[in-house]
Amino acid sequence: MMAFKPVYIVDGARSPFLKAKNAPGPFSASDIATITGRALLARQPFSPEQLDEVILGCASPSPDEVNIGRVVSLRMGCGNKVPGWTVMRNCASGMQALDSAITNIQAGRSQLVLAGGVDALSRAPLLFSDAMVRWLSRWYAAKGLGQRLGVLMQFKLGYLAPVIGIVKGLTDPVAGLMMGQTAENIAWRFGITRETMDAFSVRSHQRVAAAQDAGYFDEEIVPLINEKGTPYSADDGVRRDSSMPNLAKLKPFFDRKYGAITPGNSSQITDGATWLVLASEEAINAHGLKPIGKIVDSQWAGLAPEQMGLGPVHAVTPILQRNNLGLNDLDAWEINEAFAAQVIGCLSAWKDETYCREQLDLNGALGALEESRLNVDGGAVALGHPVGASGARIVLHLLHILRRTNGKRGIASICIGGGQGGAMLVEAL
Amino acid sequence: MTNSIEELNLQNWHLERDAQQIAWLSLDCANSSTNTLSSAVIIELARVINALEKNRPSALIIHSGKDAGFIAGADIEEFTKLSDGSAVRVLVQRCWDLFNRIAGLPFPTLALIRGHCMGGGLELALACRYRIAVDEPATRMALPEVMLGIVPGWGGMLRLPRLIGPAAALDMMLTGKQIDAKRGKKMGLVDECVPPRVMKNAARMLVLSGQAAHKLSLMQTLLCGPLKAIVANAARKQVAGKASPEHYPAPYAVIDTWKNFGGNSLAVPAGHPSSFEYILQQGTAANLVRVFFLQQRLKALGKSENPSDFAPRHVHVIGAGTMGGDIAAWCVLRGMTVSLQDQTTERIAPAIGRAAEAFSKKFRGDRKAARFALDRLIADPRGDGVRQADVIIEAIFENLDAKHALFQDIESRARPDALLASNTSSLKLEDIAQALKRPDRLVGIHFFNPVAMMPLVEVVAGQSSDPAQVQRAISFVHKLDKLPLPVKSAPGFLVNAVLGPYLLEAMRCVEEGISAATVDAAASRFGMPMGPIELADTVGLDIAMAAGKALTGSDDAPPQLLALVSAGKLGKKSGAGYYTWLEGKAIKARVYDIPEGLTQRLIKPLLTATQRCIAVGVVDDPDLADAGIIFGTGFSPWTGGPMNYMAQKGNPA
Repeated sequence: MMAFKPVYIVDGARSPFLKAKNAPGPFSASDIATITGRALLARQPFSPEQLDEVILGCASPSPDEVNIGRVVSLRMGCGNKVPGWTVMRNCASGMQALDSAITNIQAGRSQLVLAGGVDALSRAPLLFSDAMVRWLSRWYAAKGLGQRLGVLMQFKLGYLAPVIGIVKGLTDPVAGLMMGQTAENIAWRFGITRETMDAFSVRSHQRVAAAQDAGYFDEEIVPLINEKGTPYSADDGVRRDSSMPNLAKLKPFFDRKYGAITPGNSSQITDGATWLVLASEEAINAHGLKPIGKIVDSQWAGLAPEQMGLGPVHAVTPILQRNNLGLNDLDAWEINEAFAAQVIGCLSAWKDETYCREQLDLNGALGALEESRLNVDGGAVALGHPVGASGARIVLHLLHILRRTNGKRGIASICIGGGQGGAMLVEAL
Repeated sequence: MTNSIEELNLQNWHLERDAQQIAWLSLDCANSSTNTLSSAVIIELARVINALEKNRPSALIIHSGKDAGFIAGADIEEFTKLSDGSAVRVLVQRCWDLFNRIAGLPFPTLALIRGHCMGGGLELALACRYRIAVDEPATRMALPEVMLGIVPGWGGMLRLPRLIGPAAALDMMLTGKQIDAKRGKKMGLVDECVPPRVMKNAARMLVLSGQAAHKLSLMQTLLCGPLKAIVANAARKQVAGKASPEHYPAPYAVIDTWKNFGGNSLAVPAGHPSSFEYILQQGTAANLVRVFFLQQRLKALGKSENPSDFAPRHVHVIGAGTMGGDIAAWCVLRGMTVSLQDQTTERIAPAIGRAAEAFSKKFRGDRKAARFALDRLIADPRGDGVRQADVIIEAIFENLDAKHALFQDIESRARPDALLASNTSSLKLEDIAQALKRPDRLVGIHFFNPVAMMPLVEVVAGQSSDPAQVQRAISFVHKLDKLPLPVKSAPGFLVNAVLGPYLLEAMRCVEEGISAATVDAAASRFGMPMGPIELADTVGLDIAMAAGKALTGSDDAPPQLLALVSAGKLGKKSGAGYYTWLEGKAIKARVYDIPEGLTQRLIKPLLTATQRCIAVGVVDDPDLADAGIIFGTGFSPWTGGPMNYMAQKGNPA
């Protein structure tokens, strides 16, 4: 194993996370990424043209901005000469952007990189069904009135039923399960009850509310203002009235009727962006930068798609082993809350001797992670999960927690649809 | 053929024939960065046309040999040297005849228009059978002669109505408005609108196409013929609302020459009110040309000898009110990146909304262009942009303590070479500068409301301001495409110092019982763009009163003004002031009779104040005063400015 050359985090910012309200949100993905990135760049002592590259994670760029990383780079004023690209690893796209920046910095190909993630899930498209597309191609191929009438006769109203892009995106194409169904698998495996999940979710809302009141997000949030002059300054998914009775009213969504996963104990569908400025030591010196932290290790892991929510367990464990760390040797943890069941499942897996032995090649259970160290300012259940942005958000926010609490080291980890996990070990400076 | 081209001995034109025997004639005026149609250029063009008539090409394409612009128009300097009407008649005759010959050439002709194409330049293009406009922002076509008090006499009045219809043509000739390539194609002014990459090929193909020249619809043809009177009457009404024939004879002459003289100004007999002789003798033209040169002078102040020395890219504006927000939006439109700071995001948001609306209008629905502009405007509630900005403009409320605190913070965080400016209009620059460790850094950059409309910006030098910083500010204002007026720090600087006494006198008239509408009508009759009472209502009576106090140092204000302000009737913004306002318009009573001498009474305090400003050195010379007052207040341009007016009228002040 080669030594991991640390990469510095100079600064970071994110947009408010705006909950999708069953209609296209006020901003496109590139709008959110641009507005957030411009504000972050405006406070740097280097100019945007001095970046070596821009890397943006995005799970669902719109069809007219497929390489959204380049589009946003140009919109932010980085100039024609700064390359921009887009990475996609589903829910970890933003973390992948950071890791791609790390790789290039470590290889000496880049010194100063703007990396992050974005998604505007409220703008996920409605798609024509395959049947409709086939009918349309016959229609366009038809010549003359007779042929056209013939094709017209074949039309069925059902062809018009759209395919909802986001449902497609959140369904595992291999296992054929919706993400929520994979979380049901985990709940079943570790015997996690609906009450446990709901309690976890209420706590997430309470923690976000408390963090908002304490101003803990102010440092990282850049306000968005739309073209009508309407400001969006804060995350709007948090429910201050969240309670066990309220959550108990919700019906299981994925395994309808008999399941335990509800919209209330899942992450919200949300629009948002996060950016980090990453730099090599050379760039720190060249521009006189004052880094706030560094990334000292990272790891990707694969597991069965049906168990994707346990991805963090598989990504984090090798980092702990490499760095001789126990679960509670870290001052703070961020595990992305795709589903309450899945975060609780991760903790259960580490406590489960069989799981650790069979799945992680350990001699016994790894132990119990103290929950006082985990997601102390809440997570995606209350804040929302703009898929591409979340991986970068938890790294940035982890650093802010460490700095605020005088902590040193922390781990941010995220589960990935399709059966993967990603994790990063960071140190505050 | 080669020989004969050389024999033409051309200094300004270049003539080449290609394999298809197309003659490519390019204009590249010697010793000038801009193409103008001076006598020398016209005489050479006549020689070229002679040669082409003898040795016919398959077609003629006229284009520009300059990097920027097709033809800016006639040579105005040369024009001003013409002594009298008969000399002008000779000049007009020469071009009129030459352009008629070009229109009658037996082979097809085409003007390839890239960049500005103004006045005589457009008249030359109109004489060609075809026109192609290159689709670039710089491509602008106009007949702006009336803005100099003259008429488009080289065939514009003849050909433009026949090409695009009389209503559109008169609109262009009476307003001088500029038409871009896309719009030109839409209205039939040009036959094609093409990107630069295919312009030469397009010119070649179109000129040899044999395609008929653009024709008018039947209705437009009727309006050019038997129904002329309808169009002429409508146009006359439109002009009458804006300019009186007494002060501005040229627009009326355009309508008359088109309707009654076949668009041929040479056919108008000398002495007729539409003739050159009358127009030039009347005096407005000379004064408008003076205004044009005053404008050139202000522009030249901002042109740096060393263009590399100050090129601001990032502007930080503090204060997102109407003024600060509009300054920010304007800087963005001029290509700069702007961080806009105020205490909260909520205070900044309306300014962003306003900017988005302005950009959308400016780019006429080109959503990408509007979005790229908006991307350069950063809401910055924490003031992070201060650290990187090249220029920092303070536009917060007029409170000295607040400004002190702000500038202390700015100085501690700004780059040492950043230009620091205040947009204050009522506080002393020297007092604000006290907060700084280096007070010499601070200058005043005083914009006028509405920023997008007002061409003038006062650049204020305080007693301790470093002249180098003042020059940088002037250069910055020039880069904003505004006219910089250097002024000394004094109450009201120039513009407000002359407007104040004028507004006060107008309010006194109202106190005496003259109706507001009558007072305003008296000023409008003189050619002021807006009456003084309506102006006060528009600025806001609270602001007008505060400015008056700052100017006079006294709390005395006209009782009606005091009453209105204390009743919260602040003018346009509160729906009522001296006038009642409905949907952004003042409701005025009809004025039947303007008392004798009222106009002079209103203007007099302004004239006196102008003299005083020059005497105490607010501006360096009378020309700068005239320039500032015309471009800063809209003071009747036909006068050539207050000082010029006094000189010509024997000092009525």
